[in-house]
Parts: sequence; C-alpha cells; structure tokens
Amino acid sequence: MTKPFLTTITAKPAPEETQTCWSCGTMRAVHFCESCGKVQPPAPVDYFTFFGLPRKLTLDVAVLDKDFYELSRRLHPDINARAGSQEQEWSLQQSSRLNDAHRTLKDPIKRTQYLLKLEGVELEEQSKSATERARSTGELKKQIVPPDLLEEVFELNMQLEELRTQKKMGEDDPALIEEIGRQKLELEEKHEALLDELRTHWKTWDALVGREQSGQPVSGEERKQARDKMVDLLNRRNYIRNLVRDVSEALEN
Amino acid sequence: MASDRIVGIDLGTTNSLVAFMQGESPVVIPGEDGLNLVPSVVALDEKNQPVIGNAARKYLTETPERAVYSIKRLMGRGVDDVQEELKFFPFRLAEDLQPGEVLRIKLGDKTFTPPEISALILRQLKRNAERFFGAPVSKAVITVPAYFNDAQRQATKDAGRIAGLEVLRLVNEPTAASLAYGLDKKQNGIIAVYDLGGGTFDISILKLHDGIFEVVATNGDTHLGGDDIDNLLITIALDDTLGDLGLDLRRNAEAVQAIRKAVIEAKIALSSQPSAKLDIELPGGKRYLREISREQFEQLIQPIIDRTVGPCKQALKDAGLKPEQIDEVVLVGGSTRIPKVRALVKELFHRDPHTDLNPDEVVALGAAVQANILGGGSEATENMLLLDVTPLSLGIEVAGGVTDKIILRNSTIPASATQFYTTQIDGQANVAIHVLQGERELAKDCRSLARFDLKGIPPMAAGMARIEVKFLIDANGILNVSAREQRSGKEAEIQVQPSYGLTDEQVEGMILDSFDSAEEDFRQRQVIEARNEAATILAALDKGKKSPAWGHLTTDEKKKIAKMEKALIAVQSEDDYQAIRKSIDELNQGTTRLAELMMDSAVSVALKGKTMDEADLGEGPTAPHPMAKAEFE
Repeated sequence: MTKPFLTTITAKPAPEETQTCWSCGTMRAVHFCESCGKVQPPAPVDYFTFFGLPRKLTLDVAVLDKDFYELSRRLHPDINARAGSQEQEWSLQQSSRLNDAHRTLKDPIKRTQYLLKLEGVELEEQSKSATERARSTGELKKQIVPPDLLEEVFELNMQLEELRTQKKMGEDDPALIEEIGRQKLELEEKHEALLDELRTHWKTWDALVGREQSGQPVSGEERKQARDKMVDLLNRRNYIRNLVRDVSEALEN
Repeated sequence: MASDRIVGIDLGTTNSLVAFMQGESPVVIPGEDGLNLVPSVVALDEKNQPVIGNAARKYLTETPERAVYSIKRLMGRGVDDVQEELKFFPFRLAEDLQPGEVLRIKLGDKTFTPPEISALILRQLKRNAERFFGAPVSKAVITVPAYFNDAQRQATKDAGRIAGLEVLRLVNEPTAASLAYGLDKKQNGIIAVYDLGGGTFDISILKLHDGIFEVVATNGDTHLGGDDIDNLLITIALDDTLGDLGLDLRRNAEAVQAIRKAVIEAKIALSSQPSAKLDIELPGGKRYLREISREQFEQLIQPIIDRTVGPCKQALKDAGLKPEQIDEVVLVGGSTRIPKVRALVKELFHRDPHTDLNPDEVVALGAAVQANILGGGSEATENMLLLDVTPLSLGIEVAGGVTDKIILRNSTIPASATQFYTTQIDGQANVAIHVLQGERELAKDCRSLARFDLKGIPPMAAGMARIEVKFLIDANGILNVSAREQRSGKEAEIQVQPSYGLTDEQVEGMILDSFDSAEEDFRQRQVIEARNEAATILAALDKGKKSPAWGHLTTDEKKKIAKMEKALIAVQSEDDYQAIRKSIDELNQGTTRLAELMMDSAVSVALKGKTMDEADLGEGPTAPHPMAKAEFE
C-alpha cells in the first residue's frame, strides 16, 4: 500500500528530540521514520510534545484532528500488522499514546486539567465516583460552593428534595417541575459563560508561554496567578456541572 | 503466498460464515454443501464425533441432548451470569461445575467449554476455506459484537486458538459491516449501523472520511436478538398446549425443538406474509395448530424490539449527534428483515434504512476487508483504516467498593491509563488490584474482569513504594496490564486471575487434546482427496476404453495413455499428494481428446478443451465451488 507523504503533518519534533531511525539510520520524526516509515520506540513525552505543540491552551482542534488522522495512518497496529514483533509492540504503545493525547487535548476542559496537572496542580476530584467514595467511607467531602451561588444552590437543593419526596409519594407538581427546569436552564447558561471566561484565562496563560519562548522572563508569581484563576474556574465549573447532573437525574427519575 | 491468506470470519449466534478478498471484492466461501451459511450448531454423532452446521441440525430434534446451538450466549460468562439464559435455552451444564470455573456444556456424556464448541465451528469454517483454496489456512480476523466485554472477547480469541487459527484481529460486527458498506460507496459522512442478530444487538455510529472509518459511539445488548423472539413464541405455544391440551412439554426437549423449528419458520414467513400458520405434531399423536397474523406478531415482539431504543438513544447522545445528523442507516443481522424492526429504525433515525446489502453476509464480508487491510491491503482497501472504540468503561475498585473509571467508554482504542499505587504497611510485598468493566458506580454492579496481584515489591517503609500500573486496551478491545515499581525500577510481577476465562495452560491443553495434528490432518485430507480423485479418473478411463471413441484414437495415443495410467496407479497408494496430483493432471491432459470424442458431436463443441475428468464427471471432490445439493433433514 502506498502511504501519503507526510509533509502535511504539522506535528514536528522539537530539534532536541530528533534522532536517527533504528532501522534505516536516517534522521527521523518523533514517532516514525519519514524516510522508511518504520515506527520508532516511544519517547516518554507529554501530550503536547507528542503532537509537537507548545504548552498553550488555545488550540485549533481541526488541525489537531488532521494530525491525529495522519499519525494514525502511520502508527495504528493495523497498518503495522506485518511488522516485526518489537515494531508491533511500539506501534501499540505509540497509537495508544496518540489516542490518549488526542482525546485529552481535543476537549477544552480535559486539556486545561491536563496542563494544570503538568504544572503540578492537584485538582480537587469532583467526579461522581469521588463523591460516592467519600459518601461510602463517611469522609466529609470538601465541596467548595462558589459564594455567589450559595443562596441559589440552597434554594435549589430544597426544591429537589421536595421533588424527590413528591415522586416517592407518586405525586406530581407541574409548577415545581417547571421551576426546577427553569433553574436548570439558568445553570446551563452559567456553565457556558464559565467556559467563555476560561478561554480568556487561556489567553493570559498562552501569552506567558509566548513570552517565555521569545526569551523574556516570566516570574513564578505570574505563572501562579494564571494557574490559580484556571483552577478556581474549573472548580466552579465542576460544581455547576454536578448540579446540572443532579437536577437532570431528579427530573428524569 | 497461498498459506498467508487471511480469512474473515463471522462467528454468529445462529449462523457463521467465512469470507475472503477475491481480487478487489470480498466473497463468502461456501461449504461442501454449497451453502454460504454454516448454522452455529454442534452435535455429537453416534460415534461421539463432532458434527457441525447443517449436518448437525437434525440432531437438534432427534437427539437434543447431543446437540447445542446459540453457544455464543455463553461465551465468557460464569455460572451466575447464565441463570436467566438457562430458563429459555436447553443448555445442559456439567453437574460438577465449581463457582468461578469456566462453564462446561454436556453433549452426550462428554463436556465442552463454550470456547471449545465455538472452536469446532471455527474449525469447520477453516476447513471450508482450506477446501476452497486447496491450501492450509492459519490466520483469521474474527468478528465479535461491539458490545462484547473483555471476557467475551478473550473467550472468542481462545476459541480461535483452539481451532488452530492465529486470530490477527477481533473486529466489532457493526464496524465490519461498515467496511463492507463503505468499500462500495467510497463516500464521506456519518452512518449508523443497527445490528440485530440472532442473539446480540449493537448500534454503532461512525464517521467516514477519506478512508478512515472512525467509530464515535457504540452501544448495545449482548443478550438481545432473534433468539428472544423465538423463545417468546415457544413460551406461548407451550402455554397453549398446557392450557388447551393439558400437555406439559416444557421438559420434553424433542417437542420443544420441534416447536422451535416451527416458530422460526413462522417468524421468517411473517416478514413477507400477512399471516403464518403453526402446525406442529405433538407427542401422543396430537397436533398444535395456530395462525398468527402479522399484527399479532408485531404486538408480541414490540417489548423485545423496544429494548433496542435505549442503546440507540444513548449512542446518539454519546456521539453528541441528533438523529437528523445521521446521513445513512445500515441494517445488519437477520432480525432486521422484520418489517416492524425497519419501521422502528426509521422512526429512530428519521430516515429509511439501507437494505441493499444481505444482512446475513455483510459482517463476514467486512471481516474479509479487514483481513485484507491487515495483510497489507490492495487497491480496493488502499487508505482504509478502522478506528474503533471500547464499548464499556474500564475501572478499578477503590475504597468503599466504588468503581473508579480510568478509561471511559467510547474511547478510541488502543487506549491506555496509568495508575500509581503504594503500600499501606512497612515491608508490604503485594498489592491487590480489582479490575472492572461497566458503567455503574459500584464495583459489585460492574463486570469483574480480573484480580491482579502485584508481587515482589522490594521491602520499604509504608507509602514509600510507587508502583506504576499501566492498563492498555489493545486494538482487539482486550485489556493488557503491566506494572513497575518506580523507586527500585523493578518490574513488579503480575499474577492475573481472570474472573471467568481459560488460563493459557488450559487453552494450550485444549489445542493439544483435540487438534494436536491439525497440519498433519490437513496433509492427510489432501492425500485422501487426491486418491479419491485418482480413483474417479481411473474409473472414467476404464469406461472410456469400452466406448466406441477408444477405437478412434491412434495407437500412439493409446500407448501414451496407458503409460500415464500406469504412472498414476503406481503413485496412487503413496502418501505424496503432490505426486498423485501431478499424475492426475498429466492423465487429464492426455485424455482430453478421448473425452471430446466420447461426447456426441453437439456436446463436444460446447465442451471443447475440457478434460476428461470435467467432461465425464462434473466436479471432482476438490473442485473449488462444489455446488452439490444441500443436505436436508
């Protein structure tokens, strides 16, 4: 099978990553040899580096997708099914890495979380399983309610409780359901607004990375501030997302 | 090169097929009976020899305790999982089964695990392919329901190994269907594949772009299909006979099988007729007569086919798509012939589904396409690449019996996740990990895949060890785990106890037990077939010598033929099949003129150039397309 020549791939290795191909000895790309096409042993790099990207958060998903498909055509186990066993093993590792990286980077929230993790931030676990776990172990889970939402959340929780009780009794209060539905819509709007706000923080972060790349100093305090803002936003966003989920469940059940 | 041929196999609940890429298009390989479908039925004959496919069907009614069907329902499942199935299927489990042990099914007085029974079906398909190619086949792509979990996939792979096949890839059935479909169309867009077969239901949504077949979401039910419709109709018939005739036939396996056969025929008829009649002979000389209208039938099956709605909606939701955004809907599986099912699909996706592909064959054809891709591709498959997903989330059990999901469903595979573990007490040498698959929050509600014991952790203070465990789902959708203690750099040893499944040693033993001599078997079969062919051509020659045509040959021609005849007789009893073949071919060539002369003038024009073997006898036992009449019960 003839393979398309990969000049189209935007993912270029950083110069220090360039090495020679284990098979034909020519200079090669990070993941496969541009000369002979052989899959190379995986390098322990982060997801941004895997795609040859700087650690910036504003990202053209269409370009990412295109690189993902082109790299899939070189790294996927099906393409390398007739290679030697060592190369097949590398193909499996490289393509799982490719898929993991693509999945993480294409999603704005996962991408931000991943970057923060790379920056050493331990994010509060807000997943449902974390909540369940905390509940079952009796551990009091720290749920930071965003102050501006306190009153609203209190009210909403009361209404949800009422709805659940009514449902148990087999009763139906259309006015209550409508009211909760309206609040759900509001929460969803807030959720969207938070995502917009997150994007402006990306720009701040990306500007710092850009300055660093051009050799200008960036203080630790500046980095910390940019990080902290994103952490705060993610926490608020997770909180609202969980609320929306609870409301949906209460309405559906 | 012939030995490198990779076949595509659809190992179905009801029927199985084998296909390969002939030139630029996939074709199904027929069996010796000339039929494409091999019923997934295995029986033991009077001599305890396994009988497979159409030949095994008669045993279902004659000696039901020596036959089994729908074994796919039991693949990769434990005793506790199958209690529900046992109410409806005449599976006879071995009495001495231990909890956690792989199921064993009784056939006569022997017992077999589900992978072994599937292996017998696979071996039959392998033989059909070998017969077709005249060469051994050792590599295959096998399809599985997209919604199959890890244990079910592993069991299918084991079955391949037991049958003497190297399983190069397990491909999801709806995805395979899309390959066969996409090969024809060569277009971009979003397609939904609705696959309702004999025992399983899958819905997959794919993006097709520039040869990449990317699954964006899949969902399904591995225990939903035509079988359930059959069982419902059987239950009604049994209730009727109990109520009206006072005849309890539930324990009468023979009668149940007779009813099953009749309701399946009625079900099929109802797809093209407004009504169908059931007329079943019952023990004691009574008959069960009943007419079912299509309307009644549709009412009856509504609850069953409605069970496909939830998975379809979930798949759309996971894909982030509205029904209007689906460009095409492809139907797969025999049960999609039911008009009511088609109507439901139309309602769900707001468009008429495609019905131009044979829903029984499209999965096998797609498997052949994938086999071709793995074999290096051809012009037809150039640039084609399949990106599939894992149907179920992978998780590990954490404190409080909660599932912590580490790879979410619908993640493109291969996919991996890395977890770090540490020790709780000083000098602790082992860490136990419980791996789960499923969407539920609590570990007990998920499917237990395996318990891993990390062993040989170097002694250090509690909490000091940092063990990196890597979970990797490969392109077959099967989980692989590796672990390393990071501080010492020591590879931690992993001991896997699959929750249900055969160990490597067990699989190895099964291969050795029954298929020790697969290669030798094949060689012997070839010798036997060549000998048979030699005998036929020699007999035909004897007949020719007595015909008037013989007199028309020159002395020289007769001498040559006699010499070749002698040569064939000399090698006929030897074990060298190639020598026998060579002599057969020579004699065939040498008798071409005799064969022509033997035909009357009119026929001889039509058959000019044919060899004696073909002219006189039709297809020999090794002809590639033996369209002999099917065996009927």
